[in-house]
Amino acid sequence: MTSPPMPDSPQPGHSGTADLTHLRRLEAESIHIFREVAAQFRKPVMLYSIGKDSSVMLHLALKAFWPSKPPFPFMHVDTTWKFREMIEFRDRRAKELGLDLIVHINEEGVRDGIGPLSHGSAVHTDIMKTQGLKQALNKHGFDAAFGGARRDEEKSRAKERVFSFRTATHRWDPKNQRPELWRLYNGRIKDGESIRVFPLSNWTEFDIWQYIYLEKIPVVPLYFAKPRPVIQRSGSLLMVDDDRMTLQPGEVLEERWVRFRTLGCYPLTGAIESRAQTLPEVIREMLLTRTSERQGRLIDSDQAASMEVKKQEGYF
Amino acid sequence: MVKHMEAPAEAGSYLLQHEQKDLLRFITCGSVDDGKSTLIGRLLFDSKLLLEDQLTALEKDSSRYGTTGSGELDLALLVDGLADEREQGITIDVAYRFFATEKRKFIVADTPGHEQYTRNMATGASMADLAVLLVDARKGLLPQTRRHSYIVSLLGIKHVVLAINKMDAVSWDRDTYERMVAEYREFAIKLDIPNVTCIPVSALLGDNITRRSSAMPWYDGATLIDHLEEVEVGGDVTSAPFRMPVQWINRPDQDFRGYSGTIASGMVSPGDSIVIAPSGRTSKIERIVTSGGDLQQAVANQAVTITLADEVDVSRGDVLADSKIPPESSDQFSVHILWMSADAMLPGRPYLLRIGSIMVGAQITEIKYTVNVNTLEHTAARHIDLNEVGVCNLALDRPIPFDPYRKNRDMGGFILIDRITNATVGCGMISFALRRASNIHWQALKVGKADRAGLKQQKPCIVWFTGLSGAGKSTIANLVERNLFELGRHTVLLDGDNIRHGLTKNLGFTAEDRVENIRRVAEVAKLMTEAGLIVLVSLISPFRSERQMAREIVPPGEFLEVFVDAPLEVCRTRDPKGLYKKAYAGELPNFTGIDSPYEPPVDADLHLNSADQTLEACGEAVLAMLSQRGIV
Repeated sequence: MTSPPMPDSPQPGHSGTADLTHLRRLEAESIHIFREVAAQFRKPVMLYSIGKDSSVMLHLALKAFWPSKPPFPFMHVDTTWKFREMIEFRDRRAKELGLDLIVHINEEGVRDGIGPLSHGSAVHTDIMKTQGLKQALNKHGFDAAFGGARRDEEKSRAKERVFSFRTATHRWDPKNQRPELWRLYNGRIKDGESIRVFPLSNWTEFDIWQYIYLEKIPVVPLYFAKPRPVIQRSGSLLMVDDDRMTLQPGEVLEERWVRFRTLGCYPLTGAIESRAQTLPEVIREMLLTRTSERQGRLIDSDQAASMEVKKQEGYF
Repeated sequence: MVKHMEAPAEAGSYLLQHEQKDLLRFITCGSVDDGKSTLIGRLLFDSKLLLEDQLTALEKDSSRYGTTGSGELDLALLVDGLADEREQGITIDVAYRFFATEKRKFIVADTPGHEQYTRNMATGASMADLAVLLVDARKGLLPQTRRHSYIVSLLGIKHVVLAINKMDAVSWDRDTYERMVAEYREFAIKLDIPNVTCIPVSALLGDNITRRSSAMPWYDGATLIDHLEEVEVGGDVTSAPFRMPVQWINRPDQDFRGYSGTIASGMVSPGDSIVIAPSGRTSKIERIVTSGGDLQQAVANQAVTITLADEVDVSRGDVLADSKIPPESSDQFSVHILWMSADAMLPGRPYLLRIGSIMVGAQITEIKYTVNVNTLEHTAARHIDLNEVGVCNLALDRPIPFDPYRKNRDMGGFILIDRITNATVGCGMISFALRRASNIHWQALKVGKADRAGLKQQKPCIVWFTGLSGAGKSTIANLVERNLFELGRHTVLLDGDNIRHGLTKNLGFTAEDRVENIRRVAEVAKLMTEAGLIVLVSLISPFRSERQMAREIVPPGEFLEVFVDAPLEVCRTRDPKGLYKKAYAGELPNFTGIDSPYEPPVDADLHLNSADQTLEACGEAVLAMLSQRGIV
């Protein structure tokens, strides 16, 4: 039998005959969602964005179908501006686990030279991420796509369904969502329509870290502090990850102890100063911190109600 | 890679403590302006879960949209997520919130108060173990309070907290509080809500939310947060009989065949005897497989993969169950339906039903009554509108294993799906199986459809002509039948007008009656194909759902839909029976195309444009199609 390799994971915890702990409840609910998609859809795909939520989602997908492999491919929509360590991590994990990994790049965007430094976060994210994602979904004809979004991340996410219907043009209509009751998920669609599936809907940032700790799930080292080359720009600490990022007058490249709470395109992802080098230290720092994780994301605040608008247009 | 170094002692023990927490899911409901969003904002605010950037955003939003006056934080704005809601100051959908205390994790479904969004409340309630019902001390109990309580009890929630809010606005008056408590308890007795706890609060100021109120020394009960932390809601799920709907067959290779699913109730261990419902075959649990090693025991809510000791046929939709207490199986039920669509539920209309991992065709065969959710009175009804609750008889295309909803939510709760739009249009709860289901059996027949058709040397089928009155359906159908007759084919023509003189004499032209009319004609047409006939049906049949039903009750390829398409103006000018004249004079209500809708086919087998073509040409086109399909 050729099973995918699994990291050591402890027995699902329940204390005798009592209720499951909250993490085991969340884990079971996510696994249920994965299996439901595998049973209801013709051609699902998991969007793998390399961050901590994707790492947890991948781990849950492996658990859900074990000893079988997940019956769907994984796809990364590469904006070409991700941290180099993210790409290394992605390729290493795909190899270790024998994943069927699709990497999609919006070649039209590359041809037009679209980037966050030259075009700003809104245009870059729309073309390289949202349009790239739609291209990839259309190209492969996927009818369901798993995403790692959580309801605690942002206000408009709090209203998202687990099975979130998208029209043939990938639009989300927040006022016309299917009611979702019990553990029953309605995945019926017509040709061209699709469903975005969010197995981590009910997880919080703290649950994610706690689960990573409990299950020893590998994550990108950028989440842990070490000295990194950074500059100050528009109130954020940005890491200079390659020579496409040039210094502007008055900016100074300096080495500082930093880490990232969330990962995306490096010129759009603010670092925080930290000495937290281990998972418990990161978690402790999070408990003491007074800002939410999306604060480091420059894309949420570039227009009023910006996430909701992006989501309606097809962003995850 | 992650560094799993030894945790500093404090972080390590903190993690350990948090790992041991359990989870309470509750919903909050109340009328508009009862202060529900403020209450949740208060819980998040007081449990210190607001972060600096969220507070900054809140201050900005408060001055822009806030209703609490200048300089004050409007906590409701934390919760009202969508841009429209912030502008209109109302909550329009279910929103989920998360917070934790030292003892528990909480998932809150914030559900809207006003009447037209009852369906969202049911959505939030379906996964909740407790409901916090907010009422405004100044207004007393409102119709919505009763409605929400009824839905809470209908969805099987056993714990209600009645939070009497805005006590600050009634000078913390004890009598006001006591009066409302007495009134509510009297109402709750009629509902199946065994545990009611009443708490006087001020969400705006925080009294009795997380901090005891010094303004109400007369109240000696728990604060809201203390109650939420302490209340025991689980019951003993593990003492219930084992049930696991099979979700997915796990078959990595020839040597392993596992059944994956989430345990709906009870517990299970290797060696346990189980029955596979509905087939009734039995086996024993061999292994409970997880990626972390085999389990010796698994309990309700765990997602597992089970292997059986015997090679038996199990597929998605089957239920693995305790062999000593197996679930019943039936195809006819008494159910409660809560309707969630703007298109009313019509008896006889075919829907899809999803329960556990099963999907099956379903029809409401009879509405016993609808329930007035404010007074609990019963009213006779012919359809169920958006946000209404009805007690109905439900018939399925095949028997399914089930438990009554009050015993098991996963085995007795279902959703209904529209076959055309695929929208989730209703939800329901099984009360019990109807006795008639188990007492009617199929009689095996010695001569079959193929034999009868063989004798006639023809392929039976249904040619279904649909279109507006006056489009030419009957004329074309007559021409086609005449031709088939001359070719020596055995046919019958079921004409809508003629049928209404007999088989459907007792039906009118309302949407409900049209659905039943089409159902009867479709069933008769099906019987006639079993007699080996080529059946021509000429019927306006305005609704897609029913034409779809007629298509699906016969084998694929036997139903041929012919859309006789002519503009309303042309039909009106032709007006062969003088009906349009009467309809426009207001003498014929519910006339298709005028005050009753016609839903044109989207993928008819044949689309005839009877305004531009002669009816003879139309008839020839039908014959050409029949020849192409190998019928003649």
